[in-house]
Amino acid sequence: MADQARFAELAMPYMDALYSAALRMTRNPADAEDLVQETYLRAYRGFGGFKEGTNLKAWLYKILTNTFINTYRARKRRPEETDLDEAEDFSLYRRLGGLEAAAADRTPETEVLEAMPEAVVKDALESLPEQFRMAVLLADVEGFSYKEIAEITEVPIGTVMSRLHRGRKQLQSRLFQFATERGLLPEPATAAGP
Amino acid sequence: MDCEAASHRMYFYLDGELTVWRRWVITRHLDRCPPCAHGFDFEMELRQVIASRCRDRVPEDLKRRVADALGIADDEAR
Repeated sequence: MADQARFAELAMPYMDALYSAALRMTRNPADAEDLVQETYLRAYRGFGGFKEGTNLKAWLYKILTNTFINTYRARKRRPEETDLDEAEDFSLYRRLGGLEAAAADRTPETEVLEAMPEAVVKDALESLPEQFRMAVLLADVEGFSYKEIAEITEVPIGTVMSRLHRGRKQLQSRLFQFATERGLLPEPATAAGP
Repeated sequence: MDCEAASHRMYFYLDGELTVWRRWVITRHLDRCPPCAHGFDFEMELRQVIASRCRDRVPEDLKRRVADALGIADDEAR
């Protein structure tokens, strides 16, 4: 079974990445494991339809995304979450002092980033409404292009761009909020005077 | 290119979604405008922090289960 051996060789190396994405999608390790297993089974069954030389990673993410939407989301009675709070124009950079900090020759905003714990980042990302979370995950964590994200999530590129833009603002707002709640931020950077 | 136009296109720039020409115009602005360059750098670093904090390792047990389900021998699974 050449196909089978080939599938394993090509697809197994993506399992860490797919599992990480599955965790962000399901927000639950048990569901993430099931989702990954189901994704690999479906991918294996559909491998005959995959054109070698095309983007296997994007193909696997498309199956992961479809499986998540069709199985796990359907299971939850959660109403479709599309609301974002007033974060349209939030900028973490500005909020952390940005230019004033730079002018005062301190770089607290970079230190804040470096000290940002894993749990805060994961919680912030997982707190985003689903469609925004998917867009940010696929772009900023996995590095897919707008076009690839459009194909994976089956929406027009314009929609991808708008979800990404709003999702990123929202993510920055949540990062700020969660980091503040955990006492990880320095005193308001507006005090960056002389 | 002024600061506002540059910041307007920041995500497209960082996402590598601009034409060569537009990209060059922004790069040139950043070369001449440290405050904008600083802001772009912050955004880029934030992205790296997000990506690096969201890497989980798949449990060995799941790896084995998938390999079994696919009928792949253990030694081929890695």
